[in-house]
Amino acid sequence: MIALLIRDIRLAVRAGGGFGLGLAFFLIVVVLVPFAVGPETTLLSRIAPGILWIGALLACLLSLDRIFALDREDGSLDLLASAPLPMEGIVTVKALAHWITTGLPLVVAAPVLAVLLSLPEAGFLWLVLSLLIGTPALSVIGTFGAALTVGIKRGGLLLSLLVLPLYVPTLIFGAEVARRGAEGLEVDTPLFLLGAITLFSVALLPFASAAVLRMNLR
Amino acid sequence: MVVDLGVSRGGVPVLEGVNFSVEAGEALVLTGPNGSGKTTLLRTLAGLQPPHGGKIVVPDSEAITYAGHADGIKAVLSVRENLDFWARVHGGKDIAPALDGFDLQALADRPAGSLSAGQKRRLGLARLMVTGRPIWLLDEPTVSLDKASVELFAGAVRRHLEGGGIAVMASHIDMGLDVRVVDVTPFRARAQVTRTFDEAFL
Amino acid sequence: MSSIWEYANPKKFIETVDKVLPFVSVLAAIGLVAGLIWGFFFTPDDYRQGSTVKIIYLHVPSALMAINAWLMMLVASLVWLIRRHHVSALAARAAAPVGAVMTIIALLTGAIWGQPMWGTWWAWDPRLTSFLILFLFYLGYIALWSAIENDDTAADLTSVLCIVGSVFAVLSRYAVNFWNQGLHQGASLSLDKEENVADVFYFPLLVSIGGFILLFLALVLLRTRTEIRARRMRALLIRERMS
Repeated sequence: MIALLIRDIRLAVRAGGGFGLGLAFFLIVVVLVPFAVGPETTLLSRIAPGILWIGALLACLLSLDRIFALDREDGSLDLLASAPLPMEGIVTVKALAHWITTGLPLVVAAPVLAVLLSLPEAGFLWLVLSLLIGTPALSVIGTFGAALTVGIKRGGLLLSLLVLPLYVPTLIFGAEVARRGAEGLEVDTPLFLLGAITLFSVALLPFASAAVLRMNLR
Repeated sequence: MVVDLGVSRGGVPVLEGVNFSVEAGEALVLTGPNGSGKTTLLRTLAGLQPPHGGKIVVPDSEAITYAGHADGIKAVLSVRENLDFWARVHGGKDIAPALDGFDLQALADRPAGSLSAGQKRRLGLARLMVTGRPIWLLDEPTVSLDKASVELFAGAVRRHLEGGGIAVMASHIDMGLDVRVVDVTPFRARAQVTRTFDEAFL
Repeated sequence: MSSIWEYANPKKFIETVDKVLPFVSVLAAIGLVAGLIWGFFFTPDDYRQGSTVKIIYLHVPSALMAINAWLMMLVASLVWLIRRHHVSALAARAAAPVGAVMTIIALLTGAIWGQPMWGTWWAWDPRLTSFLILFLFYLGYIALWSAIENDDTAADLTSVLCIVGSVFAVLSRYAVNFWNQGLHQGASLSLDKEENVADVFYFPLLVSIGGFILLFLALVLLRTRTEIRARRMRALLIRERMS
């Protein structure tokens, strides 16, 4: 299991692994928004939590199709399936590796990009916290989508279509925490609900992903 | 041991009524023209797809390892890292004998992406040794290997058999091994003629 | 032999559909025509909403069927995963486009009703938003069915998607409720439809709901029969290639 985690992280970080792509995409989205809505600081600071959450979500989406497709192409997935690892373990480790290489860097980069959008000072802590709690759910849900579409050539677009509606609850509660935090309101309720969604996804979705992956390997 | 096995590809029966058994230390070679179902049979034996009918009897379901057309090699990892990963997944065997057995010591620190097709194949076959599993299922193992490499491979198989292992392979090349040959052609699935159709629409 | 699973045999199913479908279709047509005519021409205008209220006879039944179609797909998916009856999987596949169209009708009639009532075609009201999300789920489900070549694998994968999707659709429903409250405190754009309805509107509404249910049933039976025949045809072609 740990060997698989180390291998996946190594693969992502080495050349061609697409490690920096998500971050660069996040940066570009955040830079483009002021061009579209205008440079007024008041407007930007009001929409900053939502933009940052949408940017992080899309950046997360970008690398989902690599989770299983590359292993499928070179035959590793067949070999992993016949290795003495439970399928549920494989998908969990894959999701964790995706979170470490995509979700975690986004969490770290978010406060820096928040400066560009002049997020109110009170919001920084809650933005980082909401992303830290919410992005694991994005990775786990995305892994389910990747497992669903692993047998489909050029399934990237379909993957987005399947995964984005599943992201709705996470996005709503996550962005709500960041928004309320920025406005200095109490954040407890959405924060707990966000945590509940993440725990729920992490606890149950690996079983669905593993089932789907087995169906796809047949 | 295989009893009355039927296999299917994409929901279509390919082979049926396949019967054979292999003892420890024995090698079995499957022959038959392209498209006759050798790969499908091997994948079914490896547990990668469910049988269409019949059953596969093995002493231990984790006794089998499979080497297909794709070697499962990551181009950006070195030869050693590739092999090390599979060794650790299968319980941390020493990879040195595998590197020696397929003459990969000199290449150990090169990224696998820079290897030639034959060298990659050797790395893929070396993986079999680090799994430590007794039953090897090999699909055209000698593709893109040169003569010397085929001999290396034959040696590895021979040592594996001497150690009580089993090898089932689809191959057309004579490797100078003492093998039993099974032709899959007679097991080709025939269409059943039924007037009505059942749950499976056939 | 009087088990319901008897109809899970494709042949038996087609025979039954051949017998039943004409009646269901005629009943659906009668229900729809009667309900809509009664509703449109023989009910008084609402004292507050005027004649716009009459779109209720399209809006409420289609919204009901949009949700019930998904529930039917969920049940059919579970039956497929547990009992492996092909007819069940194909019925789920057949119901999806019908459900999606019902969702579109509900959204469109809602917009047409909303324009004179609220002065806007669209508002991010929790109900409207939930239906939009439901529509996205339908789209994903249909797209996944059409993307996978192997029929059984497609049935398996879409079934799991339907189950997971149902769970997340419910989560989204509550999340959306929460989100809208958070944005517009107290601003209530949503009418609670059922409670407002007086008896004069209620009975024709029941008739047209019945008509929509029968219409859905007829369409799903028809489409399932087509799917079964298409599947059978592919199986025959494969057999021909083999011999």
